[in-house]
Amino acid sequence: MLNLEAIDLARIQFGFTISFHIVFPAITIGLASYLVVLEGLWLKTGNAVYQSLYQFWSKVFAVNFGMGVVSGLVMAYEFGTNWSRFSDVAGSVTGPLLAYEVLTAFFLEAGFLGVMLFGWKRVGPQLHFLATAMVALGTLVSATWILASNSWMQTPQGYELVAGRVVPTDWLAVIFNPSFPFHLAHMVIAAYLATALLVGASGAWHLLKGRDDPAIRTMTSMAFWMLLAVAPLQVAVGDLTGLNTLEHQPAKIAAMEGHWDNRAGEAVPLTLFGLPDMQDETTHDAIEIPHLGSIILTHTWNGQFRGLKSFAREDRPNVPVVFWAFRGMVGLGMLMILLGLWGAVARWRGTLYRSPFLWRFALCMGPSGVLAILAGWITTEVGRQPWVVYGVLRTAEAASAHSVTQLSVSLALFVVVYLAVFGAGTWYLLRVIAHGPTTTAGSEPVPAQPAGGAGRPRTPMRPLSVPPDGLEA
Amino acid sequence: MGIDLPLVWAVIILFSVMMYVVMDGFDLGIGLLFQFIPDRHDRDVMMNTVAPVWDGNETWLVLGGAGLLAAFPLAYSVVLSAFYLPVVFMLLGLIFRGVAFEFRFKSHEEHRHWWDLAFIAGSSIATFFQGVILGAYIDGIPVVDRAYAGPAFGWLTPFSMLSGVGLLIAYALLGATWLILKTSGPLQNRVIELARPLTWALLAMIVAVSVWTPLAHASIAARWFTWPNLLWFSPVPLLVALVFWRLSKALRPAAKTPHAAPFLLALCLVFLGYTGFGISLWPHVVPPAISIWQAAGPPQSLGFALVGALVIMPLILGYTAWGYYVFRGKVDASEHYH
Repeated sequence: MLNLEAIDLARIQFGFTISFHIVFPAITIGLASYLVVLEGLWLKTGNAVYQSLYQFWSKVFAVNFGMGVVSGLVMAYEFGTNWSRFSDVAGSVTGPLLAYEVLTAFFLEAGFLGVMLFGWKRVGPQLHFLATAMVALGTLVSATWILASNSWMQTPQGYELVAGRVVPTDWLAVIFNPSFPFHLAHMVIAAYLATALLVGASGAWHLLKGRDDPAIRTMTSMAFWMLLAVAPLQVAVGDLTGLNTLEHQPAKIAAMEGHWDNRAGEAVPLTLFGLPDMQDETTHDAIEIPHLGSIILTHTWNGQFRGLKSFAREDRPNVPVVFWAFRGMVGLGMLMILLGLWGAVARWRGTLYRSPFLWRFALCMGPSGVLAILAGWITTEVGRQPWVVYGVLRTAEAASAHSVTQLSVSLALFVVVYLAVFGAGTWYLLRVIAHGPTTTAGSEPVPAQPAGGAGRPRTPMRPLSVPPDGLEA
Repeated sequence: MGIDLPLVWAVIILFSVMMYVVMDGFDLGIGLLFQFIPDRHDRDVMMNTVAPVWDGNETWLVLGGAGLLAAFPLAYSVVLSAFYLPVVFMLLGLIFRGVAFEFRFKSHEEHRHWWDLAFIAGSSIATFFQGVILGAYIDGIPVVDRAYAGPAFGWLTPFSMLSGVGLLIAYALLGATWLILKTSGPLQNRVIELARPLTWALLAMIVAVSVWTPLAHASIAARWFTWPNLLWFSPVPLLVALVFWRLSKALRPAAKTPHAAPFLLALCLVFLGYTGFGISLWPHVVPPAISIWQAAGPPQSLGFALVGALVIMPLILGYTAWGYYVFRGKVDASEHYH
């Protein structure tokens, strides 16, 4: 049996709950911006296809948003239940940032989400467009707060330690810490990519089912354009993020590369694959490309960067996990670029809507954006270990003192409940997507929204009530 | 002398928790009463009375949690780790309750009873463990070196169990009186019948907790029964008695059909109970020994977060009030809600 200690269980539990959670906000960020584009195009061109797509994707947005709210409730408490030392030592920084995120999200929900989801009949098109844009802006502001908090944990600054606890001295320095712009850009682009892949896979699914109409074509086409532009951009931003990490968290880079040692005057190869071994301090069976490691990380032919052996054993992250998670992320990114290029070639040759193989590929790549996000987060979070706040507080010292029994019980309950609840939620989300947009023969009338007020049919003002009932057909 | 930031934040968090207890209290109460109302259409009506507002009500819980971390990180870390399992149970209960709300309406006829069950179980578990946490909190939390120093099951005491049952009764009464306000006809008559014994059960609970608390906690007894506190606090039990008298009168079989009065009176009871809780523990945020000033984070953190709270909380309050205004009035069975 696995012989897990309390700290391992606590980390698995946090990883499990946050991995479930992150998927929903990521898609929320991407879809919100997509909806802005759709509504903007509709207002500009008057083409009913865009409106039909807006109606369709706002349903998916609504269900996804609801899932994010439910899974987010746990996150607001988990720092205290499981990471009480972390909360005590660093809560003075992460607490206000989290509070701003919560306030931003509520402000968004309170002010604009209702208008966006339920206000078609009640406000003019310009005001409705403003509401959609504000919701999208709100999701980006929320992401900014969370990424500020997380990248502060990666590259802390703007604080002093008083009696072993963090006291913020300069909030601008805290928020605009060295890794913040890179992590924020990398994450937002990842959210856009994941959404483009989801939209593209939905279009491909409908095309494979034989449904070929202007709405399906438009969303498929938009997804391929997005993929073509953003997947290479993500590589560039990822490269800059890596250089920033090399400067501030060299042990993480060494683990990502499986790089143990430098030899005098020799370039660092790029290890494509291999089996990193933390006991033997080497990467077995490594397949290497000479000089490429130097080129990527130092942008010179023979440049060197620190190997893992230059860090004390107790200061090294888990190398195989970081190594493989990183390769998973990069591999998926390469496939995304390939899909984008293939789509561009098919479009150029005029076969985009006659290529079942391409559609199948796009369908299979549907979850790849989400998987790449998870792999990327595993890389950066496990790569920060053994620290929870890099160089300030070790993870082992940050946990609450719970017994293995307690943690096993809670972890088992989280796994069972999350699989049941979010399994049902995801299944439901896929049902909504499978229904597809309403066909647009001529101009699509705006669906009637029931009016509110005493004695009249009520509009339930909740995100999840946007899609019609009885979808479980 | 600047603003007393810990005091301001304590007021904000107390306010958030009170908003939560009052508002999510009757939502959860609907879930607790579900098992006594087997008819499907009645259940639809019951859910529709809270469907437009429940998730807004729950946001106060998130706000309370985030505010506690921002302003009182020590209290956040000690209280939540001390009550680890009950907090986890409560959160899982709330998850089930939340999704049951949505998926019940969307599910097939033959699956609906599963979501009903999830709704009942989720509401009951969340409520009971909120009560347990409340009782264990009053019992006090041993702290050594800024960390919880008690046993894993320190929260499991006779007093916390009583408090868990007490909160079940309190939320059920809130839910029943809310339904009196929002429904009519046979369903309303049925919940009036349910509200009567709940009223007496809650009275018994309040008496039991009020007797037990000072007996078990010398410091609270000292606070209650010393002069001049005795004078200042005496309106609380007197008001409780007055409200109970009015409530039982409003629910009497012979009385004319009640409307808003029972719900407002039940809210008064919850508010009085909350007041009693506050004056027993103030200014300790980790009873019995750590005050809001000792648990507060640095002023830079409290001040920074306060700016956002002061700007955005009024907007949330305004929106909440508007939401209740839009969905005012009775919900009847024929109404199509979705």
